[in-house]
Amino acid sequence: MSTDETGHGGTNAEGPGNSAGIHGSGRYLIQLVTPAGERISHPEFDPWVQDISDEQLCSLYEDMAAVRRIDVEATALQRQGELALWPPLLGQEASQVGAGRALREDDFVFSSYRENGVAYCRGVDLTDIIRVWRGNASSGWDPYTINMATPQIIIGAQTLHATGYAMGIQNDGADSVAVTFFGDGATSEGDVNEAMVFAASFQAPVVFFCQNNHWAISEPVRLQSHIQLADRATGFGIPSLRVDGNDVLAVMAATRVALDRARRGGGPTFIEAVTYRMGPHTTADDPTRYRDANELEDWAAKDPIARVKSLLERKGLLTENLQQHVQDKADAVAREMRAGCTNMPDPEPLDIFKHVYSSPNSWLDRQQDHYSRYLASFGDPAGANSPEGAH
Amino acid sequence: MIKEFRLPDLGEGLTESEILSWKVGVGDTVSLNQVIAEVETAKAVVELPSPFAGVITALHEQPGTVVEVGKPIVSFEVPDDGAARPAAETPTAAATAAAGAGKREPNLVGYGAVVESSGRPARRARNLTVVEAPVVEAPVVETPVVELVETRPVETKSVATARPAERPRSTPPVRKLAKDLGVDLAAVAGTGPGGLISRDDVRNFVGGGDLPAAAHHLSAVPEAWPEEPSAGGQRETRTPIKGVRKFTAAAMVASAFTAPHVTEFLTVDVTPTMDLLARLKANRAFAGYKLTPLTIVAKAVLIALRRNPSLNSRWDENSQEIVQYNYVNLGIAAATPRGLTVPNIKDADALTLMGLSEALTGLTESARSGKTTPAELSGGTISITNIGVFGIDAGTPILNPGEAAILAVGAVRNMPWEYQGEVALRQVMTLSLSFDHRLVDGEQGSRFLADVGAILAEPGMVLTMV
Repeated sequence: MSTDETGHGGTNAEGPGNSAGIHGSGRYLIQLVTPAGERISHPEFDPWVQDISDEQLCSLYEDMAAVRRIDVEATALQRQGELALWPPLLGQEASQVGAGRALREDDFVFSSYRENGVAYCRGVDLTDIIRVWRGNASSGWDPYTINMATPQIIIGAQTLHATGYAMGIQNDGADSVAVTFFGDGATSEGDVNEAMVFAASFQAPVVFFCQNNHWAISEPVRLQSHIQLADRATGFGIPSLRVDGNDVLAVMAATRVALDRARRGGGPTFIEAVTYRMGPHTTADDPTRYRDANELEDWAAKDPIARVKSLLERKGLLTENLQQHVQDKADAVAREMRAGCTNMPDPEPLDIFKHVYSSPNSWLDRQQDHYSRYLASFGDPAGANSPEGAH
Repeated sequence: MIKEFRLPDLGEGLTESEILSWKVGVGDTVSLNQVIAEVETAKAVVELPSPFAGVITALHEQPGTVVEVGKPIVSFEVPDDGAARPAAETPTAAATAAAGAGKREPNLVGYGAVVESSGRPARRARNLTVVEAPVVEAPVVETPVVELVETRPVETKSVATARPAERPRSTPPVRKLAKDLGVDLAAVAGTGPGGLISRDDVRNFVGGGDLPAAAHHLSAVPEAWPEEPSAGGQRETRTPIKGVRKFTAAAMVASAFTAPHVTEFLTVDVTPTMDLLARLKANRAFAGYKLTPLTIVAKAVLIALRRNPSLNSRWDENSQEIVQYNYVNLGIAAATPRGLTVPNIKDADALTLMGLSEALTGLTESARSGKTTPAELSGGTISITNIGVFGIDAGTPILNPGEAAILAVGAVRNMPWEYQGEVALRQVMTLSLSFDHRLVDGEQGSRFLADVGAILAEPGMVLTMV
């Protein structure tokens, strides 16, 4: 199976120097670091990451390593029966950390269920990430504490929420941005298309961040689109960027370009981050049934974390100190999440009635009353003499 | 302190998984998240990471066993101070699940662990009263479970009795009580309206002392499963039909009862072919290629198909057409660790002997390592099964569904055989050809088989065929 992303983005096809706006099809892939870890110059996008110091580069590496460790630990927790399900993001760390770290605190994220790396960058409590996957709560956190909505399970629905929120930002006259994350499969959904129509019509400050991880569960992206996904945006009149999603610097630069445009009233931008889902769709999936093992090998050679590590090594920054620090950090987050998971108290049956409405609702109250009486009937000796339910 | 690890639901809503292999043994020290076992669910083969750091004290299930979700599979000795396990020790959902048999044990991912004794979920009675029941209607109005009671007074008795037997009527609290006491509600006579079973009915039943032993336990069927099926003295082993085995069975039944099979046999003196193989192997042009009798048979089949194309066709029942393939995707039956698969070589007719040899080697290797891709498994047009590798001479192979013919290749044996008017020790092989008699008549099938045989008996005969 061939994938066209060979990793020569900055220098092939049309080459750098085009405006960040609309290109024809077969556009080049924006890349600042090659798979071998070589920093290549790109006159158009270099300025957007000029401020990234050595120290910040190290911290991007740390975040990516921590995110991967969270992902691996959660997968293990699922196998150990502590989580019902987990959607791994293995291989997509650069896309999520690069985008997540480009955001301002008052920007608002609307994500799918796979953006646990973005949530990490937003400062989510690690226990809150897994609350839903353990089946203990309907949602994990208060969206306003980290300005990130809880993950959307319905494919692509969050793009509508983001566009609506962005229209609200317009009404407020603020310069924050709504950023929505979704996958390649979602671009085939009606919701995403409708969201792009509205975003373009209202020139809403929203960034459509598509992680093209090549697989919509078992459906390869090439069956869904005969053109590059970034080119789909063109039809809506939305400028788009196609970026190497395994290159954390390139992702950060592209996201900053899009955010800047939105803040200045330039409307929406579509970013296609070309990456790869190295794991299964979820822990209930077996990708070996539909995916060529060679394809995985090809992408393992473009691993986002190995890439940033090579870059650090070339710059002489990959000290033992740093590696130990990153290892400690990863261990610490894994420990914290595992403890949060296994210590999480089971919810009470009546908790299901909480958080349905923000104000009292008589109909719901009646249901709750009935349900509590039903629960009581299990341990109520007083009811021993009657066939329950009939009297 | 000893910690048990119970088999979790590894997919979404699975009730069981098969232990494929243990990666650790009793006495081994394992670290947190170290892979301890490989397990196959209905969805995937997955690795189980250890939930504890400690020493393995017992493996409760043997490889090859299908284990219900929620059953203990391995025990650990873990240090009491909790230092070995980064997470603070609190009872997890799995660990706190009480050991009581038959108890409902939430193992976090739902209640799939409790196996009902009947395979299909029982139909829930929507109306508590089957005949007219004015008695029930009035008093229930204020009770919380009023929603459960729907009466349909119009229903007649004859309809009710004609219906298949349903679960005895009772309410969930009563069913739980019955389950806790190990009472089969089917054996309890209900005294409430419409035969509704009350708590008292259940208690009286237990207290009555006249319960038939057989009807006592709900969980009779699961308990019939011994803890360790491999234990000596067991007279039969039951394996659920699933996975590749299930798929193979369905395909074979479909084929056997759709296509009228005819099988023909031909025993051939293949000594000249074996001589040719020896010469080719010595030829430097073939260095690095793996040449076997199967390679030559495959090539002979491809050449014979050109003269007998009807064996490379398909019966399209839906469109009432016969599809004649103008290419050959040659299927090779392969025994893999996960069962029988028939990957095929695409456009095999266009390959040289070297190309064919390479393709065969590649196909075998990917099948053995489980790397066969779905594309390799679909689109075959004719198949070969090499039963000779098992030392077998002949058989009546069943067609791969959708194909017109399959050739079984027997073992090459040294046999006394007629040679130049005398008996000599020759290398002999039997070919067994099954074909779909809807598509292929005896004449065409026989000619094809004779052509393959002729090539193997005298490879030079190819010159007369191409």
